[in-house]
Amino acid sequence: MVQRLRVRYAKRGRLRFTSHRDISRALERAVRRADIPVAYSAGFSPHPKISYAGAAPTGVASEAEYLEIGVSRACDPRRLRADLDASLPPGLDVLDVVDAAEAGPGNLADRLEASLWEARLTGADPAEAGAAVREFLAAPSVPVERLTKKGMRAFDARQAVHSLTVAGEAGQRTDGTAGQKPIQSCVILRMVVRHETPAVRPDDVLMGLRLVAGFAPPSPPSVTRLAQGPLDAMTGEPADPLVTDRVGGDL
Amino acid sequence: MSAESLFPRLEALLPKVQKPIQYVGGELNSTVKDWDEATVRWALMYPDAYEVGLPNQGVQILYEILNELPETLAERTYAVWPDLEALMRAEGVPQFTVDAHRPVRAFDVLGVSFSTELGYTNLFTALDLAGIPLEAVARTEADPIVLAGGHAAFNPEPIADFLDAAVLGDGEQIAIAITEVIREWKAEGRPGGRDGLLLRLAESGGVYVPKFYDVEYLPDGRIQRVVPNRPGVPSRVFKHTVMDLDDWPYPKKPLVPLAETVHERFSVEIFRGCTRGCRFCQAGMITRPVRERSITVIGDMVANGVKESGFTEVGLLSLSSADHSEIAEVAKGLADRYEGTNTSLSLPSTRVDAFNIDLANEFSRNGRRSGLTFAPEGGSERMRKVINKMVTEEDLIRTVTTAYSQGWRQVKLYFMCGLPTEEDVDVMGIADLARKVIKAGREATGSRDIRCTVSIGGFVPKPHTPFQWAAQCDHETVDRRLRELRNELRNDKQYGKAIGFRYHDGKPSIVEGLLSRGDRRVGRVIHAVWADGGRFDGWSEHFSYERWMKAAAEVGVDVDWYTIREREEHEVLPWDHLDAGLDREWLWQDWQDALSDVEVEDCRWTPCYDCGVCPSMGTEIQIGPTGRKLLPLTVV
Repeated sequence: MVQRLRVRYAKRGRLRFTSHRDISRALERAVRRADIPVAYSAGFSPHPKISYAGAAPTGVASEAEYLEIGVSRACDPRRLRADLDASLPPGLDVLDVVDAAEAGPGNLADRLEASLWEARLTGADPAEAGAAVREFLAAPSVPVERLTKKGMRAFDARQAVHSLTVAGEAGQRTDGTAGQKPIQSCVILRMVVRHETPAVRPDDVLMGLRLVAGFAPPSPPSVTRLAQGPLDAMTGEPADPLVTDRVGGDL
Repeated sequence: MSAESLFPRLEALLPKVQKPIQYVGGELNSTVKDWDEATVRWALMYPDAYEVGLPNQGVQILYEILNELPETLAERTYAVWPDLEALMRAEGVPQFTVDAHRPVRAFDVLGVSFSTELGYTNLFTALDLAGIPLEAVARTEADPIVLAGGHAAFNPEPIADFLDAAVLGDGEQIAIAITEVIREWKAEGRPGGRDGLLLRLAESGGVYVPKFYDVEYLPDGRIQRVVPNRPGVPSRVFKHTVMDLDDWPYPKKPLVPLAETVHERFSVEIFRGCTRGCRFCQAGMITRPVRERSITVIGDMVANGVKESGFTEVGLLSLSSADHSEIAEVAKGLADRYEGTNTSLSLPSTRVDAFNIDLANEFSRNGRRSGLTFAPEGGSERMRKVINKMVTEEDLIRTVTTAYSQGWRQVKLYFMCGLPTEEDVDVMGIADLARKVIKAGREATGSRDIRCTVSIGGFVPKPHTPFQWAAQCDHETVDRRLRELRNELRNDKQYGKAIGFRYHDGKPSIVEGLLSRGDRRVGRVIHAVWADGGRFDGWSEHFSYERWMKAAAEVGVDVDWYTIREREEHEVLPWDHLDAGLDREWLWQDWQDALSDVEVEDCRWTPCYDCGVCPSMGTEIQIGPTGRKLLPLTVV
């Protein structure tokens, strides 16, 4: 391995239903189709050196997924970005590729301290959502349960939540064309959640809102990870985790 | 009906189901064509879960060929799991295609590929979810033509009342021909309506339209005759055979799914047909004659498929791949080309001879030598003569000894239980063979670190084979023999630990037997099973023998009569009007030969037209050698 490249990619639209395993298979094939000189592990059954950091859950879209590729021949990050993106199915889109800095502080996974999530709740009532959010934030802890591979697990959904805000989009008609359905009102939750163990996911927060205030949106939420990275004290949101790789680089 | 995408409605259900990715489409190399620009539209179904159906070669080939035609589109649909089925019913979402999520009922044809009869209940679910009437006679011009293909379509009688049409044999050319018949019929303003179209298809002689045939029964329940019930409909329907496979190098653009499927590889069919003459093998009988792809086309298809898909494994498929006339050159050429890459090659290796190990050695250059598979099929010398599997015990021991001494650690042996004339001693012979295999392996390697796995399937007599007249073995006998064999292996102190044993109980084989050799009266059983909740009968966790027996009793079908009853020579069989080219007298003679342990040669090496296929179908064996070689791939 002569070089490590860090990749930010998005999982969009219907491809949000891919699991972590689906994505890793798709990536390995895309890398092969694109003739990217990926390095392989030694041993009996060699595996391509691609490592993934904190994948978004199945069903959740993301604008900020990260992985690292080790290559056996030096690659231009811009070229790799274009080749890999062209080779992946539409919906798995490569957004950014940087050279991993020689002596960058910490590995990539360590820099991903928190995520900014957006949950769109179609048909939910903005006032009810606002009240639920206030109750949630006021609670010292919000115990929830989730079915994991190890069975039902109970944990606190409140502590990891750095911020939680609610915005609404009022129900509007489009241009009033006959026959068109009115667009339903939509509640948009934005939450910054620290990556802790056990991991608190947006659906845990939504479960918490239901438990503290009986808030239950009428249809399944549409959730997107907008960013992940080191928690910026100024903005209160995750910053670009690749910024330290760019310093000193030629970009 | 509207062909608008159902995706927005489906999407709301997906967070609530297992593995939602299987329903969203978007596979690499999948095709979505403009609905309005097409005049003939096919929905292609593989009636099992996506993970099984997506890799199916037949569906992938037809999907690609039809989409290459102008003004024609093809999309795919698969069986949905019960969790999504329940939600679709609750929300009124109909059966959809995965490509553009269009409702299946909006298409002109629903083409269903049946590799096995156990998909029949899944067809019912799909039709019902689609809003297509189950009974063919209840369908209107608003419904697609429901068309069956695949090996099970060589006896579609059990589902005849639910099909509009069936085709036998290779699908490439007949799918195109059907498309053109539909296009003309539509262009002419659909003369005669739905029946007008079915009649055009039936008159061609290449499409079976069950409702144009009446089945008459004798007082004792046997069939008296099957006759066309309107003029112009031929009394026999013939199978289709594609010649010159080099002209049909599909799939060119293999579908690469996002979801995990049962075969994560690129497969190339290196030839079609097989004339080894194994008497139990329906595939070997109905796909005659042998037609090879040439070494150079195989090389091109592999190179293209690897590039287009990104798969790391390539499978060379056929009914007996080691029998390709240039397989040694193919193996060496591909192994040379891909040496040092991460592309691995596999060959379903079932031939019991040393040559097969040479091939396996070539194919494992890039990987480990883990397991080799051989299929003696019968546990005793006599049994193997009955089924015409010409392998002696000596052959087998010599072959496995070579395999073990060349570094292979594991040998898998396939057998069948419940074969015609089988007795307890034939099945117990499997234990003897396995012991001898381990003994020989330990002597050859001086190591105890070798294994042998015995894998046993229940034999089901199939239409268009010499065993089509045979009595199927009852499941009690099969289960008892397997139990005794298991105990014998388990109690063996010396070798038992080195021998693995895999088998299934005999009950599913009885249901498969009922559906394989059933007639139209069996359709009511399938319907009753489906109405009672029967789904995914090929999956042991969903299959219920009791449900099938209960349904058969309710509708008055005697399962034993269809399964464990031997037929006599002149009984009219439900599929006698469906012509695979095999001469009935030859089949009967082969059945008689089986009963007296007489073997038959392979016509590739000892010329013979006795089975009748080549003269009646106008086909010929197409084999090499071509003498050509695979050159190294040039690096771009």
